[in-house]
Amino acid sequence: MTSVQAPLEKADAFGPLKRFVSRRASWIPVFAALALLILIFIAGQAYFGNFLTPRVISALLLDNAYLFILAVGMTFVILTGGIDLSVGAVMAFTGMFGASLLRDGVPSGIVVPVMLLLGAAFGLAIGVLVQYFDVQPFIASLAAMFAARGLAFMVSLDSIKVETPEILWLQSTRIQGAPGSFYITPTGIIALLVVLVAALVLAYTRFGRTIYAIGGNEQSARLMGLPVVRSKLLAYVVSGVCAGLAGVVFTAYTGASYPLNGMGTELDTIAAVVIGGTLLLGGSGFVVGSMIGVFVYGTIKTAISFMGADQSWTRISVGLLLLLFVVVQRIIVARSDRR
Amino acid sequence: MSTAKEARAIVEMRGITIEFPGVKALDGVDLTLRGGEVHTLMGENGAGKSTLIKALTGVYAIDGGSIIVEGTPREFRGTADAQLAGISTVYQEVNLCTNLSVGENVMLGHEVRGPLGINWAATHREAARHLENLGVRLDTRSMLSAHSIAVQQLVAISRAMVTDSRVLVLDEPTSSLDRGEVDQLFGVIRGLRDRGVAILFVTHFLDQVYEISDRLTVLRNGTLVGEYPVEDLPRGQLISKMIGRELDELDAISQSAARAIDRTSDPVIRATGVGRRGVLHPADVEVYDGEVVGLAGLLGSGRTELVRLLYGADRADAGRVEVRGRTARITNPRHAIDRRIAFSSEDRRAEGLVGDLTVAENIVLGIQAKRGALRKVRKSEQDTIVEEYIQALGVRPANPNALVRNLSGGNQQKVLLARWLATAPQLIILDEPTRGIDVGAKADIQRKVAELSEQGLAVVFISSELEEVIRIAQRIVVMRDRRKIGELTSHDIGVDDLVAFIADEQPQPDSPESAA
Repeated sequence: MTSVQAPLEKADAFGPLKRFVSRRASWIPVFAALALLILIFIAGQAYFGNFLTPRVISALLLDNAYLFILAVGMTFVILTGGIDLSVGAVMAFTGMFGASLLRDGVPSGIVVPVMLLLGAAFGLAIGVLVQYFDVQPFIASLAAMFAARGLAFMVSLDSIKVETPEILWLQSTRIQGAPGSFYITPTGIIALLVVLVAALVLAYTRFGRTIYAIGGNEQSARLMGLPVVRSKLLAYVVSGVCAGLAGVVFTAYTGASYPLNGMGTELDTIAAVVIGGTLLLGGSGFVVGSMIGVFVYGTIKTAISFMGADQSWTRISVGLLLLLFVVVQRIIVARSDRR
Repeated sequence: MSTAKEARAIVEMRGITIEFPGVKALDGVDLTLRGGEVHTLMGENGAGKSTLIKALTGVYAIDGGSIIVEGTPREFRGTADAQLAGISTVYQEVNLCTNLSVGENVMLGHEVRGPLGINWAATHREAARHLENLGVRLDTRSMLSAHSIAVQQLVAISRAMVTDSRVLVLDEPTSSLDRGEVDQLFGVIRGLRDRGVAILFVTHFLDQVYEISDRLTVLRNGTLVGEYPVEDLPRGQLISKMIGRELDELDAISQSAARAIDRTSDPVIRATGVGRRGVLHPADVEVYDGEVVGLAGLLGSGRTELVRLLYGADRADAGRVEVRGRTARITNPRHAIDRRIAFSSEDRRAEGLVGDLTVAENIVLGIQAKRGALRKVRKSEQDTIVEEYIQALGVRPANPNALVRNLSGGNQQKVLLARWLATAPQLIILDEPTRGIDVGAKADIQRKVAELSEQGLAVVFISSELEEVIRIAQRIVVMRDRRKIGELTSHDIGVDDLVAFIADEQPQPDSPESAA
């Protein structure tokens, strides 16, 4: 064919910075979150002197394992341009249901899969509402949130203690080098594995790429012949399964289930995901970013308890950070829109 | 242009009929696409072009007729089916994902996969190869959003070629491209044609039709008018076939433009030295009662900037404006509306119409805004006004309760015009009112503008189509590089004169004679 190498693009004129920006613009918010995290670490260390210790850092992962898992599921949903408000309640409900089964002597090998399936069912229900009944994700997941919370109370109004050794093992086992050094619990390993698997799925599978395409432009994704319906449903199912898994991990963490567990956790999760650089509009973000977002959240919480201040300060700081990051995101989006 | 008359038919659509509730959108239409041929589908908006394309690409199911691809009858249940049959489409609003990389957009759904998932290095290599086949060299790892619409268009075509498409449908690919970009696109299209791809092309630009097509199919009101080799159908005949009426109307519009304008009284608006630093050099403009003043110039020459300053959408930092001889401070659109100045924006979707409201609601919106929210426009009054304007402008469908977003571009433009006219302005500023709409609707709008100006309305008319500006305006203000470079009277110049004046390398601000 005739060569039409018109000077449409001056590829060589791209400086390294411009090239980086043109390739990796969506990572910038993640780096911003990472920089923030490091800043908090440094500030904490400078202020308290004993902040950056293996104990504190290990505890960060342990204390927030459930939040990592929830944030991963939430990232899938937000990447499609949706939202899932049900995760806190679903975590509480699966936790309650699982705990009641365990109390009745059902083996944990059955209980855990049941909890995951319950989570998946909630996710699927939201997905079906969104996809087939054209209900806004906000409303669909809000309905699921009320349903799950109500069901949690149906199971029991009081907390159910869990004494199953396998479940408690997830929490109590500490894999540690020398005493006083870093340690990790099975719950922490589960959280990191979830992040890893999710990162690989999003980056290296067609399902993952379809999620991004849907978030970028759902209409286009459909016209490109991508399996939009299936992928969107699956995103909510992933979030539901993550909520179920978080139910397992949280039950192990507290050694009991309580129907009021996870009140407001869905909002913490969304905050962590957004601080981690995922655009609420969808199509841009990374689970690694969400992980950093959870770390930021957890570190602020730790820092505030170090100060001995009231934990409401955590909410206040996270709120301010969220505001800051959303504004930054708006600026980034506005700038790319102007092209 | 090679016309392979005996070229093999790749797609044969026979007797295609599609019905929507209450409307037959297509009635027994035939279309044959041959390999190595660019086939242009022509017709007014609402003629059924997009419906036919959507039938071919599997977006709509057909209610009657058959689609035969390479001898095999096919039934498409979705776009994926059509793609499997080798039919790919590049839509007008580039349907790609700007949040992903160039390479990924090319390969999405066809990524090269290894045992461990997508092999990105190989995927990008493959994407680069497909782009290079079209003569495009790009950093495939850069984000699509970093590139111009023209490049995105080429990326979309590369994507179509990934599936080894034998049929490429281009639905108005050139509407947002500049001349150089169109040339590049046409180069790519010719290359694909020479490789035996059958190309179906849809555009509103007649010049482009004759530049690229080998064959034309004309539709009107959902029926087939005919299929013609391009050399058998000169421009005038093509237009008559499309709109089903003769071109006398356009002559009538030119007649109207030749009217003498009374410039003895104060003009409706007189702007003296109006400008804004970095946006527009100070310029003078006057518009008299019953006059149409055209604004000509290239995109970005300052046409839109000038009218935005007049309307108060942007704030002028120099000059003054008089409305009917009295100094007027117009620093926001409210002031302009109060002085009965209306402005129909070039971006009708984003700045003009509310897509989710009905035709009637959109029309009434303007009056309501003018009266203030508390003084409701009575229902009976609304109905009268809406009915009147739907009739006067020929909005199709003539249904006041149709949602505006379901209307074609031309009809949306008519609704927007109706909305402003309903506020009874003394001056209306029309920024590209005919862009992207078909010949018939264009003629309707031009006719209406001529009619209104005869009744005394003052009009500022911006258009990239110089022919149109010359036909409709009495005076033409020419802009270049964000500066007014002169004024011409339109009745004694042709398009070539105007082009020469716009392109003139030596700016001669106050000597319009130089071009006449």
